[in-house]
Parts: sequence; structure tokens; C-alpha cells
Amino acid sequence: MSWMNAPRWATGVAIALLITLPFWVGNPYYINVASQILLFAVFALALNVLVGYGGLVSLGHAGLFAMAGYAGALMLDAGHGHLAADLTAIAVTVLASAVFGVLALRSTGIGFLMITLALGQIVWGIAYRWQSLTNGDNGVNVTTRPAPFGISLASADNFYFATLLVFLVALITMALFVRSPFGASLRGTRDQARRMNALGYNVWLIRLVAFLFSGFWTGVAGLLFIYYNQFISPQVAALQTSAEALLMVISGGTATLLGPIAGAAIVVIMKNVVSAYVERWNLVLGVIFVAIITFMPEGLVPGSVRLWKLAWRAMRGRPAKAAEPSA
Amino acid sequence: MSAQQTALGVNALCKSFGGLRVTANVNLAVEPGERRLIIGPNGAGKTTLFNLITGELTPDSGSVTLLGNDITKVASRKRPHLGMARTYQIITLFGRDTIMRNVTLALLGLSQLRWNPFIDLEQEHHLVEAASAALARVGLSHIAERPLSQTSYGERRRVEIAMALAQNPKVLLLDEPYAGLSIDERRDVQKLIAGIPRDVTIVMIEHNMDVALEFAERITLLHFGEVIVEGTRSEVVADPRTREVYLGH
Repeated sequence: MSWMNAPRWATGVAIALLITLPFWVGNPYYINVASQILLFAVFALALNVLVGYGGLVSLGHAGLFAMAGYAGALMLDAGHGHLAADLTAIAVTVLASAVFGVLALRSTGIGFLMITLALGQIVWGIAYRWQSLTNGDNGVNVTTRPAPFGISLASADNFYFATLLVFLVALITMALFVRSPFGASLRGTRDQARRMNALGYNVWLIRLVAFLFSGFWTGVAGLLFIYYNQFISPQVAALQTSAEALLMVISGGTATLLGPIAGAAIVVIMKNVVSAYVERWNLVLGVIFVAIITFMPEGLVPGSVRLWKLAWRAMRGRPAKAAEPSA
Repeated sequence: MSAQQTALGVNALCKSFGGLRVTANVNLAVEPGERRLIIGPNGAGKTTLFNLITGELTPDSGSVTLLGNDITKVASRKRPHLGMARTYQIITLFGRDTIMRNVTLALLGLSQLRWNPFIDLEQEHHLVEAASAALARVGLSHIAERPLSQTSYGERRRVEIAMALAQNPKVLLLDEPYAGLSIDERRDVQKLIAGIPRDVTIVMIEHNMDVALEFAERITLLHFGEVIVEGTRSEVVADPRTREVYLGH
């Protein structure tokens, strides 16, 4: 399920729809929802590098996401320019990813999950309790959005286009990564770490580099978030944020490019649109996840492809079961 | 025999798991091009010896040399780069990938390309050609693009060997390559192993004596982690200790 394998016309239509979205949506509220979907899609794609391709389930990525946000917000608060704030935020996040990775990669499986969870909670604790730095529960305001090349991102339209540009760069980078030798190496460490070691691969280092790559894009998403929200508080670093990102990846389909994007769309739409009509939207979200896991355990995107193929075979008059490969 | 003359040397190697001694002062000197067979009853420590040689386990004492160089402290992941390859008793392959991708991963393991995140692996034609050549050696070219999940046990055994051969090893360790194979499949793998050129030294663990004896030039018999008999095929088969602990009367 590679985005690069999709028919060119489908890719072209999708990109055209995304580029023209502000013109046919019109309402700034929904344009902002689209911006949120895109920035959380970048976050989910970053997490998917570890979860889907590396087999390393992290519950601490909200810590990295928030760290980028806090670093950028605090730099801006201290009077630095946007470029300096952004570069510092990315550098801090990649550095923190290295620390997270070195500590968490002492283990895999549930051990990795627990260590990342603990590290994420430490970031949340610092954001909550180190009031002189983070302003505690009151959070940090980001008063301005950047204006790259003189184009202000203050409006919903312009911010959407900037987010779309970053999203497309992230998606292309991920698509290249997945098809690259390094991507194949990372998947190999997921499937047969012992064999990879015996074949001459440094499994630990491959995982660490993947962690840094994931951390970099998590930092980019964190920056987009503070520019979108213009505010950051400890809630961003909370376990719920990590869990939501993980749900985006799992519900959409791990180890796919479109899955995390679909997962991000589901979660953001539920939180922003459905919550306006249904008070217990969390319950609806839960039911949707249970339905996905029950009927499409591989995730929404690969599951939909499977069901589509079954339906297609049925429409052509061939019994689906008989059409399944014998092996 | 000095370390310089051996392709693979194991010197006074010892390993214990708690109170259980699994490798006890084992010495091996495998000459370049030699076909060495390691036999022994279940639990004799044969696979443990392989794991010590490849560095997957760290010995308590003793040393391992490869082509005259002491590699005891060399990380296991670096040993394939020095010319050592192995197969596993329990097939250890990449089940989600095709046969071709499995062999490509073996080639990539020795290439600096493995760190490259920017190029398309499918477009690296030299890797694809080398993988195709390795698959041709084991007779799997016709199903190169088949997902591993749709292959037979015998084909997977051959993929294991293709992956090891693709790395052009100087020393090849085969851990029970005939295990679980049908008579026909066994014959195919036997031909395949017999066709490996002499510049590759082979050390094989095997229980199936029909095929293993034909392969072996020298045999080492392990029992409770110790080498109790070593010699030529006829010497070892004729030794009463071999009959007592392994072949039966």
C-alpha cells in the first residue's frame, strides 16, 4: 500500500483537491480543521516510522511533539525571530529524540513502550511543574505566526497552504524512505532482528537513526501545532496526545503511507466536528475504533483495499473465497 | 595447526549457562576449503558452538579465529563483513517479503547503501542482478518474485542458503540444512551444497547421516559440549565412542 504505487490520476486528483480545498470549502472553520488534519497527519506519519516500519510502539511521542512546541514558543517569547525559534525547536527535538532513543532502545516490545511512556511523562511533568520555564498550567502564548517570503500565515487560507506544503514534503520524504535501502533495513529489523544482525546490520543503530528521523518530523508537526494553536500547555505533552497519535497510526493502518493520514482525519474530525453535535463524541470515537479493529484489523486503508478487492471479485461473479491464493 | 593456516579456528572455547556447561574446552581447526561435519546427540551443544563462533553468544573463555584473525571480541554483526555467513536450524527469513527481497537484504547487509534513505532500492540494478545470480545458484529464479509466505519449506531452506551464499562468504556455517526436507528436496539441497566452490570453507551441523557423511571430509563429534572424537569420515565412523553416543550399535 504505497502512495507512490497509487495510480497517477488518483494522486493528481487528491493533490488538486487539497490545493483547491480553501476555494471549495470556503468556511475558515473547516479550513482550519483541514490544517489540523494535515499537521496531525505529519505527526502520525512520523510515529508510523517507528510503529509501522520499525515495530517499535512509542507512547512518548507527545513528549517530543510538545518539546518542539515549547522550544519554539519559548524562543519566540524571549524575543527571537521565527527562523531562529524554528531551527532551535527542531534541533532540541532531534537531540531529545537521540536521548529518548538511546534510553528506550535498550529494550524492544513492551519494554520499549514503557520506557517511551515514562520519558513522555517526564516531559509532561517538566512542562507542568517547572513553572519558571514553562509557565506551568497557564502555558505559553505564541502571539504571531511567521511570514515566510513576506507572505503572512495569519489567515486560515495561507496557514493551510503552508501546512499543506510541509505535509507534502513530509509525505514525499516518507515515500522515498519506505522504498529506500534504509527503509528496507528498518523493516528487516522489525521482522527478523536476529537475522539482520547475522547479515551484518547494526540493528540498534538502524533503530536509533529511525528514531531520529521520526523525532525530526514529530518536531516539525509540533511547530506547526503551536503556530496553528498559538498556545501550548502541558496538556499537549500528556499521555492522551501520545495515545491519540498511536490510534491514528493503528486505526489508519500501520506500515502504510495513507493509513496515518486517514487515522489523523478520523481523530481530528471526531474531535472538532462531531463533538459539536454529539456530546459523548469520545464514545463514538471508541465505537469507530472497535469497529475498525473488528472488521479491519490491519487498519482502515489496507482493510478498505481488501474489502474493495473482495467486492470487485464478487461483482465479477467469482466467489471471493475461491479466488484467494491457496497458500 | 597454527591460526594462519586455518579458515576457522576455535581454541579452548568454553561456555556455561548457570551451572550447565554447554561448551567445554572445544578446539577446532578447519582448513581452507574443508568440508567439516559437526555431529552429536540432541543437546550436545552443536548450535551453541555455532552461536559462539558467529558471536551471537559470548564465550566464557577461549578464542575464535577467522582466516587467521582473532575475532573473539568482534561484534557478531561485523563478522559477515569479515567473510562469515550462516544459516539457521529454525528457518529465519523475512516472511512479509518476496524471495528476491530476502536475498537483496542479505546483499544489502554488506553494502554501505543500507544507510541510504533517498534512493529507490528497486532501481539498484547491481543488487537485483546479484540477488538473481544467487537465486539461480539455488534454482529459485523462476519464483524470485513470489512472496515467501507462498513458498514451501524446502524452498525456504534454499532461500536460507541463497542468502548466505549471496554474501560470498569465506566460511559458511550450515545448521541442519536438511532438517524437515522431503527426500527430493534433500537431494536438491545436497546437490546445491556439493556445488559450492572450494574457496568457501563449510562447517555443517547435520543429523541425517545418509547425506551428511557423503559431504564430510572430517567429522567432529560433540557430546555434552566436549569434542570426544575428531578425524576423517572413516576414522570417526569406525570409532567405538561414535557408535556408543551417536550412531548406535
